[in-house]
Amino acid sequence: MKRYALRQLLQLAVVVVGISILAFAILHVIGDPVLLLLPQNAGHEEYERYKKLLGLDRPLYVQYWKFATHAVQGDFGKSWYTDTPAFRLVLERMPPTIYLTLAGLVAGLLIALPLGILAALRRHSFVDSLCTGLAVAGQAMPIFWLGIMLIILFAVRWRALPASGYGTWQHFLMPAFTLGAFLAPLTMRLVRSGVIEVLGMDYIRTARAKGMAERMVVVKHAFRNACIPVITVLGLQFGQLLGGAIVTETVFAWPGVATLTVDSIRNQDFPVVQCAVVLLALIIVTVNFLVDMVVGFIDPRIRVGG
Amino acid sequence: MAIGEVALEAQRAAALPPRPARLSLRRLWRLKWGLAAAAVMLLIVLGAVAAPWVSPHDPVRVDIRHRLGPPAWMEGGARAHPLGTDQIGRDLLARVIYGGRVSLLVGVTAVLISSSIGVLLGLAAGYFGPRVDWTIMTLVNVMLTFPFVLLALAVIAVLGPSLVNMIIVLGIADWPLYARVIRAETLSMRERDFVVAGRALGMSHLRVIFRQILPNLVSVIVVIATLQVARVIILESFLSFLGLGVQPPTPAWGNMLGEGRVYMLNSWWIAAFPGLAIFVTTLAINLMGNALRDWLDPHMKL
Repeated sequence: MKRYALRQLLQLAVVVVGISILAFAILHVIGDPVLLLLPQNAGHEEYERYKKLLGLDRPLYVQYWKFATHAVQGDFGKSWYTDTPAFRLVLERMPPTIYLTLAGLVAGLLIALPLGILAALRRHSFVDSLCTGLAVAGQAMPIFWLGIMLIILFAVRWRALPASGYGTWQHFLMPAFTLGAFLAPLTMRLVRSGVIEVLGMDYIRTARAKGMAERMVVVKHAFRNACIPVITVLGLQFGQLLGGAIVTETVFAWPGVATLTVDSIRNQDFPVVQCAVVLLALIIVTVNFLVDMVVGFIDPRIRVGG
Repeated sequence: MAIGEVALEAQRAAALPPRPARLSLRRLWRLKWGLAAAAVMLLIVLGAVAAPWVSPHDPVRVDIRHRLGPPAWMEGGARAHPLGTDQIGRDLLARVIYGGRVSLLVGVTAVLISSSIGVLLGLAAGYFGPRVDWTIMTLVNVMLTFPFVLLALAVIAVLGPSLVNMIIVLGIADWPLYARVIRAETLSMRERDFVVAGRALGMSHLRVIFRQILPNLVSVIVVIATLQVARVIILESFLSFLGLGVQPPTPAWGNMLGEGRVYMLNSWWIAAFPGLAIFVTTLAINLMGNALRDWLDPHMKL
């Protein structure tokens, strides 16, 4: 277990360094910060002077080193727009994003678990086809459109829920459902195939042969064992889930990191964009690492084989 | 195909009852959803290509007097505008038809770029041993850690929003998936007899890769690429929806949806129809991709 943890930790370190290089490269190699800062009619001389002033005339690796050492201390520079530290701006917006992600996870599971189990138990029936159809449709659904349609129906037409904003539990319902609908199709398929596989196992037959009630067989034996692959994939899909949260936030004007990022892009406020991207990526990497650990702990085959 | 496989194929054919007509019908029936989806897709593509001839109106012609007109079947709707008009009186049906051009163009071009990068790197990682493999797969892991949306947003932030930039972004952001699948396939194929034999016959590495390994991976690549077109279209519309993609007045499903959002209090149709177009298109592409996978190789793990 120790060796496995160490190896995963090493991989984590490599990925973190990679992310920092990528975040740095996006601004400094693909783009040109001087051009972005200066007004369009600035002359060549001003350009050079500004470049020197910002330390952008030095070799790229020197600039990267400066960026990386500052970033480790939580210093991503000041926002070009509001002149407050980018790190603080992003951190302030983090809780809503995390709550939304968790709410979406719960909503996704509430949709996917019952449907997946039902489809597996009534395999090849009408219910099964219906669930599969729903999953196929769900996977093709652009969730920003789904969100807008929900707003039109529930907020505009029936006036049942707030159209956007943040604060009460009512504000959570539509965004959580939208994000849940994004997560549910894949999860439902995993649950269905997991339960089907487990139902064919010897210990299920034994449980039935003992005369155990069918409901107990499903709940105690089949479902629990089918959960392991679901947890693994969900953990590894965490990045996708956060991506879905980004989309959902922008639809419902949710005051999280994603809305901040999109606003900062519109204002060309790069320190904030950079900081948000790095922090979100760090969260994803950490969650993936923890999932790897938990799965390795549950299932020894993974930590030896991997 | 190896000789053994051919022999097996022949045996299987002999064992089956000799009624080929019914058999192929049954095979087609299994693909019914895929075929229906292909028909829908054909309509969408034809509509986009022939937009100037099939569209009832000019998609950018402003008609302020008939602004915010509801669809034809609703009260106050005009027969001339079947899906209604938008906030400055442009015909929605015409804009939806023209909008398909942007989505399909971006989807197909971005997938061509990303699949080329991904397949080349995947082949290299699978074929050229541990050091190359480690380098490329680390890059893949870093890229896959970033949500696709976040990466696209970050790059657009620097490059600025435009059609070409969006194609570039989606093209370079979407390659890791191909690389991962192709690498695994190449790894398992590298030890197969025909590759070893090819090397023994004195073929160069490049020739082995492109003449012996790559042709065996075509069906995998086609299936992933098809499914990725749908994903890219959704992402493209999302970027345009945020105003970070195709800029108005060029009609694109994404920016129409973004404009319609402002008017959703009174005129739901402006946002509803472009989104429906995205949904139908991605659904059709996904169904086609799934059918293609079942048809080419039911055991494909994707």
